[in-house]
This record gives sequence, structure tokens and C-alpha cells, in this order.
Amino acid sequence: MSNLLGLEVKKIVETPPEEIERVKEWINTEEYKEKNFARQALVINPVHACQPLGAQLAAHGFEGTLPFVHGSQGCASYYRSTLNRHFREPAPAVSDSMTEDGAVFGGQNNLHEGLENAYAIYKPKMIAVFTSCMPEVIGDDLTAFIKNAKQKGIVPKEMPIPYANTPSFNGTHIHGYDSMLVSVLQNLTEEKKIEGRCTGKLNLIAGCDFNTGDYREYKRILEAFGIPYTVLADISDTFDSPCDGSYHIYAGGTKLEDAADSINGKATIAIGPYATPKTFNWIKENYSGKHVSMPMPMGIEKTDAFIMKVAELFGKEVPASLKNERGRAVDAITDSHQYIHGKKFAVYGDPDYLMGYVSFLLEMGGVPHHILCSRGSKKVEKELQALLDGSMYGKGCKIYMNKDLWHLRSLLMTDPVDAVIGDSHGKFAARDAKVPLFRFGFPVFDRVNKHRYPIIGYQGAVNMLTEICNKFIDIKDETCEDRQFELMR
Amino acid sequence: MSDNIRKVEGITKESTEALIAETLAVYPEKAKKKRAPHLGANDPASGAACVKSNKKTVPGVMSARGCAYAGAKGVVWGPIRDMVHVSHGPVGCGWYSWGTRRNMMSGITGVTSFPMQFTSDFQEKDIVYGGDKKLKTLLEEAHDLFPLAKGISVLSECPVGLIGDDINSVARTSAKELDIPIIPCNCEGFRGVSQSLGHHISNDTIRDYIIGTREYAEPASPYDIALIGEYNIGGDAWSTKPLLEECGLNVKSVWTGDGELEKIAATHQVKLNVIHCYRSMNYMCKVMEEKYGIPWVELNFFGPTKIRNSLRQLAMLFDDHIKAKVEEVIAKYDPLMQAVIDEYKPRLDGKKVMLLVGGLRPRHTIGAYEDLGMDCVGSGYEFAHTDDYDRTAPEMPDATVVYDDPSEYEFEKFADALKPDLIGSGIKEKYVFQKMGIPFRQMHSWDYSGPYHGYKGFEVFARDVDMAINSPTWKLVKAPY
Repeated sequence: MSNLLGLEVKKIVETPPEEIERVKEWINTEEYKEKNFARQALVINPVHACQPLGAQLAAHGFEGTLPFVHGSQGCASYYRSTLNRHFREPAPAVSDSMTEDGAVFGGQNNLHEGLENAYAIYKPKMIAVFTSCMPEVIGDDLTAFIKNAKQKGIVPKEMPIPYANTPSFNGTHIHGYDSMLVSVLQNLTEEKKIEGRCTGKLNLIAGCDFNTGDYREYKRILEAFGIPYTVLADISDTFDSPCDGSYHIYAGGTKLEDAADSINGKATIAIGPYATPKTFNWIKENYSGKHVSMPMPMGIEKTDAFIMKVAELFGKEVPASLKNERGRAVDAITDSHQYIHGKKFAVYGDPDYLMGYVSFLLEMGGVPHHILCSRGSKKVEKELQALLDGSMYGKGCKIYMNKDLWHLRSLLMTDPVDAVIGDSHGKFAARDAKVPLFRFGFPVFDRVNKHRYPIIGYQGAVNMLTEICNKFIDIKDETCEDRQFELMR
Repeated sequence: MSDNIRKVEGITKESTEALIAETLAVYPEKAKKKRAPHLGANDPASGAACVKSNKKTVPGVMSARGCAYAGAKGVVWGPIRDMVHVSHGPVGCGWYSWGTRRNMMSGITGVTSFPMQFTSDFQEKDIVYGGDKKLKTLLEEAHDLFPLAKGISVLSECPVGLIGDDINSVARTSAKELDIPIIPCNCEGFRGVSQSLGHHISNDTIRDYIIGTREYAEPASPYDIALIGEYNIGGDAWSTKPLLEECGLNVKSVWTGDGELEKIAATHQVKLNVIHCYRSMNYMCKVMEEKYGIPWVELNFFGPTKIRNSLRQLAMLFDDHIKAKVEEVIAKYDPLMQAVIDEYKPRLDGKKVMLLVGGLRPRHTIGAYEDLGMDCVGSGYEFAHTDDYDRTAPEMPDATVVYDDPSEYEFEKFADALKPDLIGSGIKEKYVFQKMGIPFRQMHSWDYSGPYHGYKGFEVFARDVDMAINSPTWKLVKAPY
């Protein structure tokens, strides 16, 4: 027998139905949960992706920029298709298709040939290079490779080619976003700082945010203030481009000259302290004007803080239109808080999103009962705990750091909640637990247009509120007894 | 195979060759030289490939290809429902390929079937110190938490091969200790030129570790067959398996859609292998033929014409009982299929389609489009080999463009020139063409629809093609001002 494992040949035996029943019950028990939480090595259904995905997102946020994966070609196809599925938009990116010989000789030949071809075929204004596993393991020297490419005239000397090392065995997509973004800014602003010059603009970085509506919302808020701005890594037009009978490979992104001049800005706000620490630290050291790192403005309090900070940085009054907008959002909240009050939620996602979800729920009187972070530091845990400690609705809520969605399933089955907030991947656990899943995170593969509806700002609060409350009302309508089925809710 | 050579108005060898030359004009010399042999005008009379294939992708051109890991995890191993499939290495590969192929599974998730993302989530220290120890612990944990899993596959990602881990030795030790099959699959993404090598490596691991290790509990019958290269995309196997059963055959195992490890392991006992996706699984058919003397036959379950021919081809290999059953089945479905054609053909007749899919569908689906009155004006594969292109030549009209591993630029240029009414390709291409106002269907995943295989599938396929091409939404693309 051709059996390399040396196991004996057996007749096929079907698993007895009662054994299936037993295991089916068992995986919902406290005993199973303990076993599940004792895992040391196996990760099941993680929430996080790898660094290059975030790097590609950041690259797409700049005008005429071609994301370039230095590594195996399959990696590029995976990042692209993930972005395609979430946004339902094109996500053009190339790879230099390293193979076995790259492992032996290094990836310089592939990189050079790739740069030459990509430049000739896709005519980018900038090529943003980032790495997948292979060159990181073999230790390719990107600095030298790209310098050599320019020296050899493979690409024009003046062509910006920022590059970032984004090993997939370290950090998550948010770290790749940060590394790529800082590299782009370093590259574009080189020698652009002019003593005494001030653009008068606010530079805004949205963080590793996959919601095009959020970017548009930031811009709308700044326009309401009448503050000139540059949104850096602006993916809103890239991933929400019109269908008008023509395809434009570079559909959007921050203008390169605006990005270059951003170093002379009046102020810079970097949203998402966990997705932009490197970028923010570098900006603090190098950019003119004031610099602020702020959480995602989810919910009223965090939006208030954002609005007040913008007003303060530019010495402006909050415009009446925004005051009214806040009032309308609060009106919506007070009108409908009863559908969220006291409801228990399980939330999971990237650290910056989690801060937003928790803060939003607490101010609504909702209970973020299970808070699960797939990859995060002690600092993340502390900040989440501080949010919980600041509200009576945070009592008894628990934070689970570096846990995955199979852990979450155990939590949902042994200590149930009313709903889950996260991304599409939570649908399996939510279905087993028979509770709704609100898809405010990334990716959303199974609902349409979610990325067009902001979750930040006052409007974002209204959007989240509306979705959550109406779903709870739908559930009541669908499940209540006939005699309790009534017109008004 | 078609016996008459079809022509499409306006397409000649000269026009196609001019289009190719014009498309490649923008390429640097070296890239042009590399790409040119992969683009050609079809020559059905020769019945042979008109392009080179299965070569390295040209760097930087924007290929649609994936990697060996994708071929192993996504295609061959992943669909086996009662196993835990571990993506061994960093978190990304498993995460991106989690639930994105639409190979559907029966069973109870986490109990008897495992459509989940299992990974060793390599960190820096695993790269430095190696991941073998972690793998050993992880296999124990998986067995502990999922006691009804029939086996575990360990699918290597790039770093595993580069740092020199020995997953084969870990698998051997753990398989003995846990008394379940644990299959190490060295399918690192940097191996080979596309997904295709991943299929081959996976076939080899089935050969080395699985086949022949189980026997069917029930007595053998002359009608025992296996359905190979059927991945149950959008429920395809739930259309084809019952169809074959209706013809009087016993489908003992399906490779690997909604597949069961032990049934696959006993496939050496069947009388005939019926293969659908030749590209990804011909290797095992050949192995089983050589080693166990099992003949195999290549069939096509897309569209009534091909299904009818295929079923008759199959009947030829069996006795009068099956021959009669097959004719009954054809007689039963022919009028039903004619009704489908009567409904949709008037709206689709003469429409043009262009295809770019993996290793089978660019030829296998052409007949189904033709059943609806459509012409295929261009076709190509991501990862096909010469034998696939040989099989493609007779299926396509004369002088139409054939493209192997085309870049996005080439595909866009061809579409621009040929003005198809529909493009069938993948998610990376979909929105490019929809922006251009060209109707599109994802032909890897059936665009969240399906099945497309079998009689049941043709109804869905015809509806979807009509829905894509004749949707009133396309009229809104151009603003009236």
C-alpha cells in the first residue's frame, strides 16, 4: 500500500449519529470553552489579515499610484480580490512574481523587470512597493534594489518609488498601512519643507479605514467649517468611482503635489492611534504646524472631541450647520435609545474600530459584553478597560485580547448576547448563536453598499443607530406572537 | 468536440494578429518577446494549441494568477469537508482564501465539517526558530477540539519551505500518535508558475498518503464510479451527482467538492473515474489507471448539448441497463432544456462572450453559451497547459483570440476591440469591465449563484447570462446630459 503514514487500511466507518449529536452539544458547553481558550498554537478564524493588505490600501490612496507587491504573485491576487470583494470595485496592483529562483538569487531581477514593465504598461505617477513573505524571509534589500533600478535607468530617477517592509509574520494589516503610508509621505515630502511656508490646510489621515463614506464624511465636515484640507491616503474616489462607461485605472487618491506640500500644513490630525503610530511619530518630528493623534470619531462624544479639536486648531467656531447636525443626531438617539438600552453586544475588530464601537454603545446605554481583539497590545486593553470603567454599562464587560472568532463562538454559546458587531466573518458564530451581526468593520463580503455609509461623525452615529434599532425591531416583528404583533414599535 | 469550423463575422487570422501586435506595442522589448507566444489566433483545423502556456508570469504586468498554495488549499484540499485544513505559516494566505471559493459543504460546522480558517499564524519567532514544534502542538489541539475530523491537511505557505521546516516528519509522528491521517503538503506559493503546481502537488499527496488506505463497507457493484474534479462550486456536485445516480451509477466518492476523506481514500475500488476538471486532477486519474487499472473518461456538464454527448459517451462504457437509463434521462431532460432555450435564446442569440478563467471553463462552458445562441470571441486561461489548449482549439470559432495568462492590460485591450456583450472571468476583472459598461459574470464562483453544472445548473446559468446581458441597468450607464 502506498501509505507513507504507515497507518493500517480500514473499512470506512460512518460516525454514529448519536456521537455527532454529542459533539454538537459539547462544542457549546463551558467545558469546551475552557479547552478552546487553552489553545496555545492553533488559531481558528482570526479577525486579522497580514501587513501587505493594509499597505495596498494606503497605496491606493494616492493619485496615479500603482501598488507593487515584491514577492510571490499569489499574494497580490489575494490582496486584490479581498479589496474587490469588499468595495465591489477594481483594485489594480502588480507583483513581480518571485519564484524558486528568487529564493536562491534574491528578488532584484524580478523587481527590476517588474518595475520596467509596470511603468511602461500602466504609466503610474508613483509606484508604491511593499513586500510579502518571501523577500522578507530571504532578506532582500529594497533600498539597494530600488536605488539600482534608478541608476540603471529602469525607471526615471524622478519617479517616486516609496517602499515598505511589510512582513506577514509580524503585526496585521493595520501595521502594513502605517509602514506604507509613512514611506509614501517621507518620499513625497523630501526637501519640500519650506521655512516660513504654511499651506493653511489641515492634513487629515483617516487611519486604516475601509469605508469610503468615512472619508467623504471627514471632507464634508471640514467643508462645513470652511477649512482647507488635504486628506492623505484618500481612497474615497479610488474605491467608490462612477460607472460611466469608461475605466480609469487610477480613479482617485490624494494629489501627489498636495501630499508633498502637506509637510507645510497648518495642522495634521492622524485618526487611529493604533493604525498610524509610526506615521504620526514621523509627522510630529518633521511636519510644520500642530499635530494631533485622535481616535476614530465614532459616536457623539468622540465626534464632539474631533469637531472641537478641529475648531481649536483653526481658531474657528463650530459652524451652525454642524451644531444642528449634532442636534439631529442626538434627536435620533433619544428617539430610539430604548431599542439599544441594556442590550448586550459582542464586538470584535481592529483596535481603533473597537474603541469606537465600545464608546458608541456605552453612550447609547448598550452593553459591550464581550470585547474581542484578534491582535492588540496591553495598551489597547488598558484603553478599552478605561472606557468600560467610565460607564455603568461597562460593568461586567470583559476584554479578550489576542483571541479569534472560534473563541468568540464559545463566548456567544456559553454567555449569550443580543447581537454582534464586527465584519462578515462573524456571520458563522452569530448564526450559531442565533443573533444578528452588524457589519461595521472590514471586510464586508455579503452585504451591498455598506462601505458607502459612514460610521464616523454624527451621520455615522445615526447610520449605526438606525441599522441596529431597526434590526431589533425586525426581529421582534418576525418572532413575536400574533397577538403581540402591532402597528407601532 | 465540434466537427464543423465556425466563423465569427469580422474576425480573421489577420485581424486577430493585428490586434495582438497592437496590444503588445506598449510593452518593453523583453516583455513583448516573452508575452507574444502566449497570444494567438485559434486554429480549429489543427486541433492544436496556438499559444505557449504554463510558463513563468512576466513580472509587473498584472496577472490574474494565484500560487501553488491557492491551488492546494482553495482547489484540491480545501473542499474536503470532514478534514481540518491548516494554513501553515503567516495568517494572510488562509484568511484570504477563507470561504472565498464557494465550494459548498454539508455537515455541521465545527462538528462534522470544517469550512473554517485554521492557521499557525506564524510570528517572527517562528521564522527564526522554526515552526515544527508549534505545528505539533497545533495538530494535537485540532484533534482535541474537533474529535470527529477524519484527518488534517497541513498546507505550507512560503516561509515554511524557505526556513527549512520539516512538516513531513511532524505529520508522520503526529499521525501515529493521534491515529488519524495527517497529510503534509509542500505547496509553498513560490513553487511553480501558478495554482497549477499546487494541484499537482496535492494530487501527489493524495497518491502518497490517502489513496488505498480505506475500503468501502458495502459490496462492490459494476456501476461504481468516482466523480473527479468536481468541486461543488455553488452546489455543482449536488446537481451532477444525482444526475449520474439517475443514470443508474453509484457515485462512491466526489473529488473533492463536499468530499469525504475516507470515501476518497477508497476510490481505488471504483470501476471508472469520471473527470470534469481535467486540469486540476488528471494526475490522479492517470495514477489510478496505472496502479489500479481504473479507466477514466473526461466529461462536460455545461449546457444540454455537452451533457447529452457526455452521458452517451459514459453509457458506451457500460452495459445495456445503463445505456437504456441514460437514454431515459436524456429523453426526460431534453424537453425541459428546450423550454429553457426557448425562453432565453431569443434574447441572447448572436451575442458575443469573452472568457478568462482557470484551467477548464474557458473551453468547457463554450457549448453552454452556444446552446443559448452565443458566440465565444476570445478565450484564455490563467494556468492551463498545452493539453488544455489542444482541447480548446476545436471548441472556439476560427481565428478568435486565445490568451494565456493575459495581463489586465491585454484583456482590457482585447475587450475594447472585440466589444463583447458579456465577459466571464474573475473578481479582479469584474469591476474593470463593469465600469466600461460591459456585462460580466464571475465564472470561478458563479458570481454568488449556481449551480451551473448539469441540467439543473443550465437553468440557473441561462437565467444568469440573460440577467447580466439584458439587465435594464446598463442603459443607465451613460448620462442623458
